[in-house]
Amino acid sequence: MKIRVQTENFDIATEIAALREGRPQIGAVASFIGVVRDLNEGDRVSTMTLEHYPGMTEKALAAIVEEAKRRWDIIDVTVIHRVGELKPQDQIVLVAVAGEHRGEAFAACEFIMDYLKTRAPFWKKERTPEGERWVEARESDDRAAERWQKGESK
Amino acid sequence: MVRLLFFARLREELGTAGEDIHLPEHVNTVKALRRHLMARGEAWKEALGPNKVLRVSVNHEMAQDDTPVRAGDEVAFFPPVTGG
Repeated sequence: MKIRVQTENFDIATEIAALREGRPQIGAVASFIGVVRDLNEGDRVSTMTLEHYPGMTEKALAAIVEEAKRRWDIIDVTVIHRVGELKPQDQIVLVAVAGEHRGEAFAACEFIMDYLKTRAPFWKKERTPEGERWVEARESDDRAAERWQKGESK
Repeated sequence: MVRLLFFARLREELGTAGEDIHLPEHVNTVKALRRHLMARGEAWKEALGPNKVLRVSVNHEMAQDDTPVRAGDEVAFFPPVTGG
């Protein structure tokens, strides 16, 4: 498992190559990249600043990946989350899951993202023409995470 | 001593990222700690009030109202998370 919280950008090709290296049993890699949008709640976003809780963040992400490994037959996972100041079109987060087959990899990737959005201690602040504001948590994210608790994981 | 941490909007509202404090003996749960801090003044009462949806962690694990708080613990208060 590779878990990284960093200010620097990441390269998905490099990360997937590292995830696959020396593992001929891998038949599927599912990945997700979250990206900064230029519009939120109808306002132009010029900058997004991501804050986190050093120490807890890494543990929370590792716990989410461990839970995914318990639920699905997957081989390995990479999670990279950026912090600091980002601009529209910048990459925020990468989740890449390697498995033998696509079904497990797809499901685990979506699960990890849904749990990350509701359980990992990151907070976004965005700058708009109206000034700076903290991004509000969305109920739809809570519902997306709750799905996995109702036996729909398989 | 308990280490208190505040993040994001809460840090701004309280004007502090955290501190180390001695707690009275009866302040031994998350709920009691929140009430204890609310008694510090208007800004604290407002930021930590019961109408505010907050998350609390104890030693990096998500906590509930009745989670114990003991000397040496690190307790963080923060708004619902918005990463990803």
